[in-house]
Amino acid sequence: MKNRQWMNVVMVILVAGLFLMVSCAKKPVVVDPGPIQNQSTIEADEAKLKAEQMEADRIKAQRLKEQLEKEKALAMVQAAKDHFVNQDVLFEYDSSELTSEAKLLLKEKAVWLQANPGVSVTVEGHCDERGTTDYNLALGERRAQTAKSYLVNLGVSGSRLSTISFGEEKPVDASATEAAYRKNRRAHFSIN
Amino acid sequence: MLWCVFSFICTLYFLNSGFARDYDFIVVSDPFLKKTPIAVTEFKTSNGSSVEIEDGKTARQILVDALNFTGYLKSMNPEAFLSNPAQTGIKLGQINFRDWTGIGADLLVTGGITVENNHVVLELRLIDTFSQKLVVGNRYSGSRAKLREMIHRFCGDISYALTRNRGVFDSRIAFVSTVNGNKEIFTCDFDGQSIEQVTAHKSISLSPSLSSDGQFLAYVTYSRGRPEIFIRNFASKKNVIVNHKGMNISPAWMPGQKTLAASLSFTGDQEIYLLTLEGEMIKRITNSWGIDVSPSFSPDGRKIAFTSKRTGTPQIHIMDIATQDVHRLTFKGRNNTSPAWSPDGRKIAYVGIEDNGINIYIMDVDSGMPVQLTMDAGDNEDPAWSPDGSMLAFTSTREGRISRLYVMNASGTDQRRLLKMDGKQAQPNWSLLWNKDN
Repeated sequence: MKNRQWMNVVMVILVAGLFLMVSCAKKPVVVDPGPIQNQSTIEADEAKLKAEQMEADRIKAQRLKEQLEKEKALAMVQAAKDHFVNQDVLFEYDSSELTSEAKLLLKEKAVWLQANPGVSVTVEGHCDERGTTDYNLALGERRAQTAKSYLVNLGVSGSRLSTISFGEEKPVDASATEAAYRKNRRAHFSIN
Repeated sequence: MLWCVFSFICTLYFLNSGFARDYDFIVVSDPFLKKTPIAVTEFKTSNGSSVEIEDGKTARQILVDALNFTGYLKSMNPEAFLSNPAQTGIKLGQINFRDWTGIGADLLVTGGITVENNHVVLELRLIDTFSQKLVVGNRYSGSRAKLREMIHRFCGDISYALTRNRGVFDSRIAFVSTVNGNKEIFTCDFDGQSIEQVTAHKSISLSPSLSSDGQFLAYVTYSRGRPEIFIRNFASKKNVIVNHKGMNISPAWMPGQKTLAASLSFTGDQEIYLLTLEGEMIKRITNSWGIDVSPSFSPDGRKIAFTSKRTGTPQIHIMDIATQDVHRLTFKGRNNTSPAWSPDGRKIAYVGIEDNGINIYIMDVDSGMPVQLTMDAGDNEDPAWSPDGSMLAFTSTREGRISRLYVMNASGTDQRRLLKMDGKQAQPNWSLLWNKDN
């Protein structure tokens, strides 16, 4: 979905760029209604104009390319950020221990955090609805703390990571199914 | 005779001091308790005004509802009555006892009402039809707005005469409700009536705990971003905030004291601490890596039951606060949380999670024998004892998978909905009503 949106943006820019090129290309061919000069001067002028036009086109294309690359890079940065925020670290029932998938995901997050040293984040611990309110608040805090400790061990400064538990108070899926419970047992990262 | 703690009653005296001292008391925790049939008759008016008739009807209905709520009395259908004391006389000597024993009414309540200038006088009697004795005979008076309170005072007197305990009638329940969207704290009477909203943080507010005199409410709220404990003083209407680094959760009052236990995580590990009314730390109670939450005091305040994961799964443990000795209470099942110590000190109610559901159990503290109180009726959580120990309030999803408040007798019988309210309700906490005039 993200990729398709990105392609659409690129297409719009490309089409707009083509129109610009066409309209610019036409201007130099407009016939000058001034007095007729000698042939050689005219030819020289034409050659000069043509060279100028080619140079202008080259610059335009270059700029467009640069802009596209810049946007592409920005989109990649945004995609990396979205990935960081949207991918929750999931936990087993009544557990705050990290699974191998959770560790892989946290390693990705550590890479992102190290690439973005100015950013500080809050690690939110959440639980599924089973279990009592107070116990789940405590379990959610354990989950947030475990995720934070792992990142600190990977070299991320602890001062950039704060934790909070929401227990069972903020489910992503409120239905009473195993699939919903699985999604709700999570550490979620939000950028401060 | 003994319990003259009447805030609003101007005059009160016993109409007959021949109190049946040799009366057989009802043991309300008996699971095989057979409900005693009680006949509540029409109230006799004094001047027959429409106000007296209306208030008499209202008072009788409040009385019937309250007596049925006890779980050990069953109000009889008036259509079965053979005589009407409102016409023939409400005093002991005017009762034809055979009319009542003949229809199986073990107990009889007669009432008289006088209303003058917005002032009500109730003359209420509880009569034992077999021994033909007056068990309770009192006069209650106050403004018409206090009608419900006066009837409940009479119910407390009935309860004391029958069980040697004043019952639930002067108690209040705090709970969490999403009726206005966010989780806020509310209170209601023992029977789910007179609902009042206490907090309006428009955040997440949780875990209400009323002090045993009902004057202080401790609760958890995210209103300032992270979980903190607010201690509200109903008298001064002021809040004290317990806001250590990390989490401040699970407040619970020491019975009869202005001391609070709570789970705090400022050291990086959740431990249970004792706090003063001002939120100052008295001491740390638990000292074990891992989750320690949900403290509940023994009635003498010397021990706490709490949830701990120190053995690998969440289980109920008991700690002697002075010696710091800890022993594990629950062994059956892999997930036992939310302990609630009974007011008589003998039992601990808790929540057990098994594959087939979430249910409320009760554990005899000495024998360690668990008894399951709920089954095959949704998920059941948050057990809370009534101050007299005769009932438990709890949360259940048995109707439409929506969490709502219920009550049951301490033996697990008579499980019924406490109140009707939109949204979800949870985390009941039951305490005596704070008396503003004391």
